[in-house]
Amino acid sequence: MADAIALLAAGRRRFAAPPLAVLVLRRIAVSLLLLFAVSVLVFAGTEMLPGDVAQMILGQGATPQALAGLRAALHLNEPAWLRYLHWLWGLLHGNAGHSLVNGMSIATLVGRRLVNSLWLALFTTVVTVPLALTVGITAAIWRGTAYDRVVNMLTIATVSVPEFLFATVAVLIFAVRLRWLPALSLVMRGASFAELLRAYALPVATLSLAIFAQMARMTRAALVNTLSSSYVEMAVLKGVRPVRLVLRHALPNALGPVANAVALSLSFLLGGVVIVETVFSYPGLAKLMVDAVSTRDMPLVQACAMIFCTAYLLLVLVADIIALLANPRLRHR
Amino acid sequence: MAHDAGVSGSHWHVEVTDLLVTAQGPAGTPTPIVRDLSFGIARGEVLALIGESGSGKTTAGLSLLGYARPGCRIAGGCVRVGTTDVLALRRSQLADFRGANVSYIAQSAAAAFNPAQRLLSQVIEPALIHRLMPRREAEEKARELFRALALPDPVRIGERYPHQVSGGQLQRVMAAMALITDPELVVLDEPSTALDVTTQVEVLRAFKRVVRDLRTTALYISHDLAVVAQIADRIVVMHDGAAQETGTTGTILDDAQHPYTRSLLAAAAPRGVPETTDPPMPPLLEVTNLTAGYGHRRALIPVLHGVSFTIAPGRVLGVIGESGCGKSTLARVVAGLLPQASGQVLLDGQSLPARVEERTRDHLRAVQIVFQSADTALNPARRIGPILARPLRFYHGMRGITARRRVAELLDMVRLPRAVADRFPDELSGGQKQRINLARALAAEPRLLLCDEVTSALDTVVGAAVLDLLAELRRELGLAMMFISHDLSTVRAICDDIMILYAGQRVELGSRAALRQLPRHPYTDLLLSSVPQLRPGWLDEVGSVHLREASGEPSLDDGVRPCAFFRRCALRIEGVCDRATPPLRHLSKGGMILCHRDEAELSRVEACETVDLASDAPTIHGCE
Repeated sequence: MADAIALLAAGRRRFAAPPLAVLVLRRIAVSLLLLFAVSVLVFAGTEMLPGDVAQMILGQGATPQALAGLRAALHLNEPAWLRYLHWLWGLLHGNAGHSLVNGMSIATLVGRRLVNSLWLALFTTVVTVPLALTVGITAAIWRGTAYDRVVNMLTIATVSVPEFLFATVAVLIFAVRLRWLPALSLVMRGASFAELLRAYALPVATLSLAIFAQMARMTRAALVNTLSSSYVEMAVLKGVRPVRLVLRHALPNALGPVANAVALSLSFLLGGVVIVETVFSYPGLAKLMVDAVSTRDMPLVQACAMIFCTAYLLLVLVADIIALLANPRLRHR
Repeated sequence: MAHDAGVSGSHWHVEVTDLLVTAQGPAGTPTPIVRDLSFGIARGEVLALIGESGSGKTTAGLSLLGYARPGCRIAGGCVRVGTTDVLALRRSQLADFRGANVSYIAQSAAAAFNPAQRLLSQVIEPALIHRLMPRREAEEKARELFRALALPDPVRIGERYPHQVSGGQLQRVMAAMALITDPELVVLDEPSTALDVTTQVEVLRAFKRVVRDLRTTALYISHDLAVVAQIADRIVVMHDGAAQETGTTGTILDDAQHPYTRSLLAAAAPRGVPETTDPPMPPLLEVTNLTAGYGHRRALIPVLHGVSFTIAPGRVLGVIGESGCGKSTLARVVAGLLPQASGQVLLDGQSLPARVEERTRDHLRAVQIVFQSADTALNPARRIGPILARPLRFYHGMRGITARRRVAELLDMVRLPRAVADRFPDELSGGQKQRINLARALAAEPRLLLCDEVTSALDTVVGAAVLDLLAELRRELGLAMMFISHDLSTVRAICDDIMILYAGQRVELGSRAALRQLPRHPYTDLLLSSVPQLRPGWLDEVGSVHLREASGEPSLDDGVRPCAFFRRCALRIEGVCDRATPPLRHLSKGGMILCHRDEAELSRVEACETVDLASDAPTIHGCE
């Protein structure tokens, strides 16, 4: 074992891993490749959805001739691979096509909604990340204490409550019974800050609850791992006090895993908000996608799916790059 | 015993009385891991705490810093350092005390340094957090210590990160970290154990000089009597959490009273099987010009470079070298676990297929391997009986009562009670597990046993017993073995022939007797003279040439040079040794080496520098 490690170490000296820039570029290339694979899956997935756009648009009473004509006009008769290439070509040029239902450009439809969703995600991030990191770090420091056990129980409890249940119950209590907060989160133009807060309170709380627990638990796990390492014990024996121990000795080495935990949780904010946006009738991207599915507006569904997947890949990419940069073995040779 | 005359006196600078440290047992009941331990250390004295793993020596050492590992608790006794009652300190007082008054040097520097910080900032951290001196002054002092510890480039080495310096250097940087606060006591916990033997000499020398120059009071924890003999003034022998015997280094080495101390000494003393000269026989295993390594075929990172040797039936070949020299790779190639890049492996004159999948059942049966780590080689979910019965069924088709009877025989063979068959691996000790590992290999009735560092993970006494067992089995069964080790004394205990690898090149091959005689390959000479001896004062006699050679460390690129040892060799000829492949020289003492220097030159130079290991009263021959 010691032999193998020495061998690896010796190997690293001479046959060193590629420079950091190459590693980062390689990681980005992998993301692009994944994005391409995702586009194939998204297209194939929407192809498999049952239902017929022409039928949806023209209604039950449409004549076969009218249906056939509309299908031809919408290029629905062309083979799937050709339509995929058309679509991909359009995407690469920033043109996601037009809605099959109302003929508006997808970019216009998505644009406003995307901004709304990003606002929701941003508010939730600002609330949750500092809170989750603080709780995760403190639980790691005081691991094994009553505080740690309480945090453990609470986080498990919140993970186990599905967010639709929490959202519904929250609406019932705060909007219907107490009438403190609006049940729908519709923000008008020119709304005051207080109105804004009231409108966002419930969806942000629901989303925070959904991602907070995972983030806190994974932060704690990553930190506990480094806190049990030999160099942390050595620091204790040097007389380093707890705060410095965590901030200077443990945290920098847990940065990679923590960044990944945060990124994985945040990715849920864009992909997993369907329920929250639906419950609160929030005019975001997820709501748009749900509506598009019910009207069989495939180009819109595809565009939304691509946005969600891209956001996910982007977050994970950023986390991986942080992890690469945080590794001193790669930064300094 | 707990209070000998000295301990109860108050002239000790550091005093431990009736120390009790307990661990939380599985049932929640505290079990003592250190009990009734008392000793004192005078100012400027080096006291060694010696014992095997699990004897509680590290736990005792840590309690001098008022520290107990998670799950352990200092339950009683008194620890006094200077005027401080350590166990009475509150948490924040402990933080002030640790690092400032007592500092600690850990076994593995590679693990004890924070990978994310530069060395210098870690070294000066104790001085800064205890507000002993301003940063600039601390940095200057660190550089001075680097210089005193003979670290290369003392001005700039602190700018590096831990992964950028070698293990031996890192260990010395840690010593600088411990000494920067001028502590009243330094606890050194096996500081040279993880190092290769040639690296260890240099580190020990640096430690010893610094400790002497600074008049440091130190507790030196080790399992190795020979190392302790070089550095300690007095020795406390620990076993099972309690002190067995205390005395000056000389008394313990020459006149040990306690039976446990004697068994330690016996295990550390050189041993050897009688020399045997069998009539020449056709070799059982013949390896010719073997090159092997890791990575893809085109981008192969070679580990072994053109290695050739033979093993005759019933003979034992020792393969020795430092970590990374390719000795485990060699075993893997012979076992078929790693296909070679080129070269041949012949068994009974017939070529063995490179891959284990292509070997016949007879091939597999004939060559069995015993791994270093018995813990991971045995399936923890199966009892010993089925573990041993499996090869019996696979190779010999034995089942039922026949297999059970054979399992009992195998257990007899490795000197374990038959009842062990019903136990799980976790219920056995390390030595017992290694015996099971051996029994499993023997179950196949092999003709060649590959032993890869089989005693390295074991304690001295246990390892010595396993070695004796191997020697007996070899006599009884006429087994041929390839015995791989980094430890020269282990190899000498059991092997007929010895092959020395350096960075994947076979630098010397000869009989055990030939290895004792000069001349040797320069690396062999360095290796042999680096093995610590029980004799105090040995360390001070290591020649300057060897010390200089020892300060280098092997790296993988050495293997692709014409002579792997070129960078470190004191006898190298510039322009020759780095250009042309050294010729294979057959020496008159028997055996062969790879070297450009001829026999006469080697003899002349080595006679000057080497402590003659063969004679009973070793002397250094003065030269010039």
